[in-house]
Amino acid sequence: MYSDKVMDHFANPRNVGVLPDADGVGQVGNPVCGDMMTFYIKVKDDRLEDVKFQTFGCGAAIAVSSMVSEMAKGKTLGEAMAITNDLVAEELGGLPKNKMHCSNLGADALHEAIKNYQDKRAGRAPREGAPVDAHEHESCACPYCDSSLEEEDKTVCRACRVEFEECPSCGGITKKGDDKCLHCGKPMKG
Amino acid sequence: MRRVYLDHIAGTPLHPEVLEAMRLSLGDITGNPQSLHAEGRRALDAVEAAREEVAGLVGAQSSEIYFTSSGTEANNFAVKGLALGQQARGRHIVVSAIEHSSVLNSVKALEKQGFSATLVPVDRFGRVDPADVAKALTKETVLVSVMTANSEVGTIQPVAAVAAVCRPRGVLVHTDAVAAAGSIPLDVKALGVDALSLAGDQFYGPKGSAALFVRKGVRILPLIDGGIQEGGRRGGTENVAGIVGMGRAARLARQEMDTRTAALVPLRDRLLEELPGRAGHVIVTGSRTERLPHHASFCIEFVEGEAMLLSLDMKGVAVSSGSACTSKALKASHVLLAMGLDHATAQGSLVFSLIEGTSAEDVDHLLDVFPPAIERLRGMSPLYTQYLQERGS
Repeated sequence: MYSDKVMDHFANPRNVGVLPDADGVGQVGNPVCGDMMTFYIKVKDDRLEDVKFQTFGCGAAIAVSSMVSEMAKGKTLGEAMAITNDLVAEELGGLPKNKMHCSNLGADALHEAIKNYQDKRAGRAPREGAPVDAHEHESCACPYCDSSLEEEDKTVCRACRVEFEECPSCGGITKKGDDKCLHCGKPMKG
Repeated sequence: MRRVYLDHIAGTPLHPEVLEAMRLSLGDITGNPQSLHAEGRRALDAVEAAREEVAGLVGAQSSEIYFTSSGTEANNFAVKGLALGQQARGRHIVVSAIEHSSVLNSVKALEKQGFSATLVPVDRFGRVDPADVAKALTKETVLVSVMTANSEVGTIQPVAAVAAVCRPRGVLVHTDAVAAAGSIPLDVKALGVDALSLAGDQFYGPKGSAALFVRKGVRILPLIDGGIQEGGRRGGTENVAGIVGMGRAARLARQEMDTRTAALVPLRDRLLEELPGRAGHVIVTGSRTERLPHHASFCIEFVEGEAMLLSLDMKGVAVSSGSACTSKALKASHVLLAMGLDHATAQGSLVFSLIEGTSAEDVDHLLDVFPPAIERLRGMSPLYTQYLQERGS
């Protein structure tokens, strides 16, 4: 189901790791869809001097992160921002249809890291470190199992039995007892 | 490279005797079992002999066995056929939250036709409490379906106790025994169920061979309308070779169940005992005591199931995972969530299911290749880095 190139990047991922003195950090994803990626960048003269990543996720997510890091390294910030999800998938020799969302996360994480760097440089307060959820929040479906929710089901999903609480910040529903909101990443209490 | 197949739950290899029986049947049997001529009678004899064997595996009469194309079909047939057959009495169904999708989605289809359903929760070991089933019953309830064992966490359900609370109320009971039949002793009378699904590819028979037991006298509507095959309850020319294979596999399962269990349980227990210590942050999922003899399942923290599955495959070990990324639909396992596990942990689902012939060396090999595979993936996991930082600070 995966191309040889995907399997190569999964088995031997390039640029794995953390940059403790990174100029920019970007994190996207959530464990609901299974993938979470963090990108670290070092910038010199408007170029990505170094790129590292960490990924929690499936084979495609790891391969995509690796490919994005390889494509981005040495590029100018403008060029790196032009890396699209489609380009990443293409470079990997294609991805299974149901894994295309993984390539979306890869490019997003890189772009978030670049924006984080630009914000810091412009003296803007870096946006709150909320993980960006690449999936749209659908209030009519359970965020955990995707079953449609009836109006009276807003406190518990009949299909997967998860009990919900409303996030005080964004109003999205998150599993009862979780510390952080699934949608905006802000604390659920207080 | 050494290959170690530990994916019983996805399908067992064919037993050599089953293969031989099927080969003979494919070569020698020309007729349609419904034809009156000698060739037809020969085919019918083969099908009926297999029906006897399958019935014997679960303590049924052969006239109570209906062959189907898959466990999924058997579950659809049972849930829809029984519910629709009883709808004059009521239109409410009770099922457990951890049923296979073929049961849950059959229930959803019935809900679109005006039925209502109650999902009964499970405890953290994946066990249904019969008292919860009793509480869910209403005057309208006509069918309860609780699986015999869950393929993802290996937990065996108290089906007899569930049936005991339903029978006095006149509520029919179906059990999806696809993951259990052939691996543990089952007797439909002792269980007290009205219907039971089983599949040949879970006990060394061929894929595409399955059956539904329906107790004599219970009204069930056909899922597949057609001719007079299977007593008019399941139309379509019989898959003769598949049925012959399942029949032989059922006979072997009955004869060899004790020796298979005796060989597999120590290996299963070794995995349950040793694997968590090999990698750390490993949770055993399911029940320790009420567990399928070939089944060891875990959640590995900070890593995702599909990545582990692929890593182990590269080292020669075939396993399953219930993680969202492994499923084509990218949905987290409803079973693990129903057991109260959080999403990140459920993503680390890994299922090792042993087959006949799995050796101590196979388990050694797995225990050797497992820790480095997990270490590599944790090395690139932001969740693990985060954990180490929080622990360090």
